[in-house]
Amino acid sequence: MKMLVVDDSGIARRNVLEDLKTHSFEEIFEAASGEEAIDLYEKHSPDLVTMDITMPGLDGLTCVTRIIDINPSARILVISALGDEDTAIEAVERGASGYVCKPYTSEELNTAFDELTNLPH
Amino acid sequence: MEESDLRIFVQTVPNFFKAKFNEEVIVDPPFLRRNESILQDYTGTIGISGKHRGAVYFTTSRGMVGEMLNALHEEGEMDLVGEVANTISGNVRRAFGKDFLISVPNVVEGNTNKIEFPDNAQAFIIPFVWREHHSYLIVALGPSEVEGIQS
Repeated sequence: MKMLVVDDSGIARRNVLEDLKTHSFEEIFEAASGEEAIDLYEKHSPDLVTMDITMPGLDGLTCVTRIIDINPSARILVISALGDEDTAIEAVERGASGYVCKPYTSEELNTAFDELTNLPH
Repeated sequence: MEESDLRIFVQTVPNFFKAKFNEEVIVDPPFLRRNESILQDYTGTIGISGKHRGAVYFTTSRGMVGEMLNALHEEGEMDLVGEVANTISGNVRRAFGKDFLISVPNVVEGNTNKIEFPDNAQAFIIPFVWREHHSYLIVALGPSEVEGIQS
């Protein structure tokens, strides 16, 4: 299983990987911007993506749309500090498979991640 | 800014520390900023636009940032301060809604001359204490027509 973690904060990216360390990944890619995320997605076609929203340049919601354009069955878990329901709904409408609000607990992230991995392809 | 708006920010700070460290913080009563120098070693600024306009600042000491990084087994002072400011600001959208637009964080170390406060918005200071370290969340918001700053 290949994984792409997208967040402009290095700490946030490492937190995601630390919390998901019980999962085994064949390859892990990290992107610090939306532009880098699209580039890595096109090159490596990861099975799963975690996506921040508030980033310089290409924001996470636009990124979700772009990735879904590339692969309509892409599995994307949005992980954002934006705590309003409308943003979560918009992320799902754009094609995200789940939404986790920062700050999250390890259990919350793993539950959302397990739901993502159990989705049919 | 309404008192009820300020209360939302006051509630968000302990929520953050509880979720991140499973620890309590002591939040002291907020007060209105006058001309006192309240900024500490690191300040993360989030520009606010949309229904409100202005900025939210998380300012903290080197000691507190170091202890937070140790607790998280992490490194990167500027990154952490930006992430805290971003998370606290983003979380208030649960109450304010999606018209409360937040910028990416701008973090400044030391030189507080680089930090500007909006001219036409009152700045409320929310003091809080975590593991004996004193930090402040500063909320300077006006209605959308108020000239604010963008970071």
